[in-house]
Amino acid sequence: MAIVSRGFQGRRREESVKLPPGQYLTYDFPVLSAGPTPRIPLDRWEFAIDTEAGQTHRWTWPELMALPAEQPTVDLHCVTKWSKLATHWRGVSLDVLMADVETTAEYALVYSYGGYTTNLPLEDLLDGKAWIAYAFEGEELEPQHGGPARLLVPHLYLWKSAKWVRGIRLLHEDWPGFWETAGYHDYGDPWREQRYQGD
Amino acid sequence: MRPLPWRAAKLVEIRQETRTARTLAFAVPGWPGHLAGQHVDVRLTAPDGYSTQRSYSLAAPEDGDRVELTVELVADGEVSPYLTEVLEVGDLVELRGPVGGWFVWRPESARPVLLVAGGSGLVPLMAMIRARRRSAGLAPFHLVYSIREPAQRLYPAELDRPDPGLRVDYLYTRATPGGYGRPPGRITRADLLTADPDADCFVCGPTGFVEAAADHLIALGHDAARIRTERFGPTGG
Repeated sequence: MAIVSRGFQGRRREESVKLPPGQYLTYDFPVLSAGPTPRIPLDRWEFAIDTEAGQTHRWTWPELMALPAEQPTVDLHCVTKWSKLATHWRGVSLDVLMADVETTAEYALVYSYGGYTTNLPLEDLLDGKAWIAYAFEGEELEPQHGGPARLLVPHLYLWKSAKWVRGIRLLHEDWPGFWETAGYHDYGDPWREQRYQGD
Repeated sequence: MRPLPWRAAKLVEIRQETRTARTLAFAVPGWPGHLAGQHVDVRLTAPDGYSTQRSYSLAAPEDGDRVELTVELVADGEVSPYLTEVLEVGDLVELRGPVGGWFVWRPESARPVLLVAGGSGLVPLMAMIRARRRSAGLAPFHLVYSIREPAQRLYPAELDRPDPGLRVDYLYTRATPGGYGRPPGRITRADLLTADPDADCFVCGPTGFVEAAADHLIALGHDAARIRTERFGPTGG
């Protein structure tokens, strides 16, 4: 049973909006990252998928742009408590990128320019649940929000949607990433409020 | 692993730091301790069961079951007006933590440290300064602290007191004290020229400030791997 704080009323949100537990609504787009923002020139950008068998599939920026894009509208939930609803993105589905990748791996370790990593089960990247996104609200993705391209996997807390994404390693074992080794939850489902280890 | 529990926290002391910021000291029975730079989640619950959570940086190093936060009023915020204007000694909130294992300074480190603070981004960095002082640490500390005007300085008396090995530089963006050498303005590369290029850097403040400061440090040759950042936007209040 929660303790009531004397004199606290709070703001009631609109009845129609359902947010994950402990989240509040924001209309701007806060920035959270652990270090400086890397700047990656597009002519040197590449994205790779490395399989557990040692095969690497690579895409340059023009190659990524040539793939069929989708325009998902998704809700974002950050572990620092803010949620932002109905955001519009453009990007390439991981289903497209994984189409020719042979793997029996169950886990993925996503890695970024700048050294960031995050882990998730491979199945959470497939079946229309994840994109390599390069445009936000009709504009190219700004560096502070992860541009030129970031992973977008909106059904998990936003730290799983790695900014400045550089590649994905497919693994038989679950390797904890950057925040996952710093006390945050291994999976990070906002609807089950899996913020920290043990949640 | 067991989840981090919510703990009852009773307010035991209030210190008004500026017109819009105050330090809240809570007694939190069972508090497990923390590192300088970590934060906590605060949960407020209304009589009808409505509740909301926010994260706040810890302002002081570990001290038994005492936990200190410094909260800046966000004008249109939901939680900070309550914490800075309504909460009184003896009132209860709930705390969960400590949280965050990256933006932390450990007293056993003797490496030089550069702290770059924008506004209330000073709070977790102040926990590091206090932890260093308490441990009589040998690490040289250099704080570069940007605020709008002198009246917005947090902890001015404490930062003015001699603290061997700590250097403090103020940057004012709108108005300076009389006779101040640096004209008012946002942080520039020149403001960070005197920083030790080999320092462990901790940068905390609003997004625009952190982006600018971190970019300046990179341009000055600091290793990106030694720059740790904590950012907060205009929301979060």
